[in-house]
Amino acid sequence: MSASAIIFYIVSAFILGCGILAVTTRKIFRSAIWLLFSLIGIAGLYFWMDMQFIAAVQIVVYVGGIVVLIIFSIFLTQKSGNEMAKPPASRKGFAIAAVLIGFALIWQLISHHDFKQTSTTAIDVNVANIGSQLLSTTEHGYILPFEVVSILLLAAMIGCIVIAMKKTETA
Amino acid sequence: MNEIPLTHILFVSTALFFIGMYGLFTRRNMITMLMSVELILNSVNINFVAFNKYLFPEKLDGVFFSIFIVTIAAAEAAVAIAIIINLYRSHHSIDVEDAGEMKY
Repeated sequence: MSASAIIFYIVSAFILGCGILAVTTRKIFRSAIWLLFSLIGIAGLYFWMDMQFIAAVQIVVYVGGIVVLIIFSIFLTQKSGNEMAKPPASRKGFAIAAVLIGFALIWQLISHHDFKQTSTTAIDVNVANIGSQLLSTTEHGYILPFEVVSILLLAAMIGCIVIAMKKTETA
Repeated sequence: MNEIPLTHILFVSTALFFIGMYGLFTRRNMITMLMSVELILNSVNINFVAFNKYLFPEKLDGVFFSIFIVTIAAAEAAVAIAIIINLYRSHHSIDVEDAGEMKY
């Protein structure tokens, strides 16, 4: 087993362990921190796959944006020292059963499917290639989804302000 | 990285998806449910990048899909947190059981 394989298994175990702790711990702030570590582990997995740009996006958007937003909202709405109520045993049992059955089904499908590599000529996944194809208007360009998603972000930004705005009595 | 078969990466992403699913089933606090949704979206992203890397190394489409998923996840998290804060103002709780009247 080479060093690369060992790194993959360590990173995977880290992601899954932190993910399990994030959904089972009963203190909400600790849950957010475990989520943060899990997302950093996923960025590490992207680095392992030689996808530096996606890893950077993952760290900037998730770790620097979404988790910080979640922590702010925890401070605004919760007493973060309190423990959350335990889920009832019946709900927990049903959830574990559903998750295990679903996982077994999907794993059955994955392990019996023969994945075929279509070509061996690898393209260099650097920022220049990603940028020029993302903004190209030719057949394989992604300029239209890019514009649509920018409208979506603008709409989400205005929507957040409108929803979270305090209603004044005079208005 | 080539000595790791693709199925091992798919195992990680499937397991992460069902961890998020478990959180969504058991948690009743809106912020923790949002965290579970983030885990699920991330597992899908791992799939896209791994398929791009292993099966279609001459293309970049998996990279673009994961970039768009990250963008939409950011928008979704922002809107969800705005809704949660608004709900906290009117109900003084962000437990989904306390917002039952919104069902009807």
